[in-house]
Amino acid sequence: MVLAESVQKWFGRNEVLRGIDLRVEPGEVSVIIGPSGSGKSTFLRCINHLEKISGGRLSVDGELVGYRQQGDRIYELKDKEVARKRSEIGMVFQRFNLFGHMTALENIIEAPRHVLGRDRATAIERGRALLERVGLGDRADAYPAHLSGGQQQRVAIARALAMDPKLMLFDEPTSALDPELVGDVLEVMKTLAGDGMTMVVVTHEMGFAREVGDQLVFIDEGVVVERGTPRDVIASPQHARTQAFLSKVL
Amino acid sequence: MSAVVVLAIVAWFVRAALASHFVDGRVVRQYLFSPLILKGARNTVLVAILSQVVGVILGVIFAVMRLTKNPVLKAVSGFYIWFFRGTPVLLQLFFWFNGVPSVFKHLTIALPFTHVVLYSTPMTTFMTPFMAAFLGLALNEGAYMAEIVRAGIMSVDEGQVEAASALGMTSGATTRRIVLPQAMRVIIPPTGNEFISMLKTSSLASTITYVELLRAAGDIYSTNLQPVPLLVDAAIWYLAMTTVASIGQHYLERHYARGQAREMTPGFLRRLTGNLALRGKR
Ligand SMILES: Nc1ncnc2c1ncn2[C@@H]1O[C@H](COP(=O)(O)OP(=O)(O)O)[C@@H](O)[C@H]1O
Ligand SMILES: [Mg+2]
Repeated sequence: MVLAESVQKWFGRNEVLRGIDLRVEPGEVSVIIGPSGSGKSTFLRCINHLEKISGGRLSVDGELVGYRQQGDRIYELKDKEVARKRSEIGMVFQRFNLFGHMTALENIIEAPRHVLGRDRATAIERGRALLERVGLGDRADAYPAHLSGGQQQRVAIARALAMDPKLMLFDEPTSALDPELVGDVLEVMKTLAGDGMTMVVVTHEMGFAREVGDQLVFIDEGVVVERGTPRDVIASPQHARTQAFLSKVL
Repeated sequence: MSAVVVLAIVAWFVRAALASHFVDGRVVRQYLFSPLILKGARNTVLVAILSQVVGVILGVIFAVMRLTKNPVLKAVSGFYIWFFRGTPVLLQLFFWFNGVPSVFKHLTIALPFTHVVLYSTPMTTFMTPFMAAFLGLALNEGAYMAEIVRAGIMSVDEGQVEAASALGMTSGATTRRIVLPQAMRVIIPPTGNEFISMLKTSSLASTITYVELLRAAGDIYSTNLQPVPLLVDAAIWYLAMTTVASIGQHYLERHYARGQAREMTPGFLRRLTGNLALRGKR
């Protein structure tokens, strides 16, 4: 589903990604861990082309991200086409980023209505079902400011799911939450994984990684230092840097 | 204590004014609803509302232009704001009313690169006092609104744009549906102030013979030689307009505050009466 081959990203003179390789099969959950500033968010943002890669190759579902290949020439996609591609990939942010002027339900139906062109009744019906699914059926008319962090994040997940994405990206979805609210969000994500959603998750919740992760990738300073099944990496990390990092988060 | 002193001074002023027949109440009443004053008041409202509406539209356009990455659009917008904020609005009114017709005798709208004329009229027919007042005030207001809208747009968290992009919304849709509605919270209060200010600034159009409220009053007292009562009439109408405008502003602010953690007070009148009730209890 995702294929990254020595993906590089420069911000000015700062090389943030120094050749990342990653392969995510359909239905797989890949968990990315790594210290702050190692490039995890940047890599996720490259996958849906919120950032342009500076080198390497990145494709989703067999198609280049942000580009179109014709023969051996590569063309940059127009903004509209990039937007359409993004609509097929769901993204969940550390700080939720719900639209503040819309209720939970309005947040969820916004893109189905105005990007996919679904009619209002269909979008609302689906939206309510999704809210039910994330355990917030009774909060449809609440504004984000009146929801707890955990509830906001679950609405944000429902909002992403409303687009029927083929891939979901999570950028530290529980890092901004009070500890007692983390469980509900992880529960929703586990159910999603169980339903066969392809997911790339940046998180430091090692319990989650162990339980639903198919592979665990440790990134440091823009390179993949170590990867393997979560069980192996957590139980017996091979690199000193991985060991040092894991001893902090476990 | 200080309140008593102030009230005493005010009372003294009012008495002195009445005793000296500074204001003749009968003349005030005679002209308050006279046809010319009413016409002036109507014209003030008309030109103020039209100029403000077009000013807001221009403000949004130039603010968005200013915030794009395109250097040409950025520069054009920067120049517009610099020019129209940097010169007196009275000068701009004179420019439209006196300057333009002195140089361009005819207004002709033709299809570009052809000789097909769609519309042609002598400039003096087109550039009426109303048209000059409207152009001058609207273009001037657009420059101020551009800065207000820009501040509003920049107040919206970047995460909102990011989330909208990630959902596949185009940048135009993101601006229209996500950014601007939230920028409104920051934009509305100063815009209300701008409109109240516009109601008063439109009196400058009296200098280019546009019969708005102040000009109407002036026309009457230049013949009846009673400036004070007529200026009081104009003041009463201005106060009525600005009061209505500030009430409207309050309700608009409340509308766009939806979704905020701290909801605003229930309503202007209730707040007013609430205050009074609180006073009474003390
Ligand atoms: N838009 C940007 N412009 C410049 N530098 C950036 C930008 N975004 C991220 N960076 C830099 O890239 C590095 C990696 O950031 P990030 O991907 O957010 O790390 P992580 O998510 O692993 O904490 C950091 O040093 C950060 O300062
Ligand atoms: Mg990050």
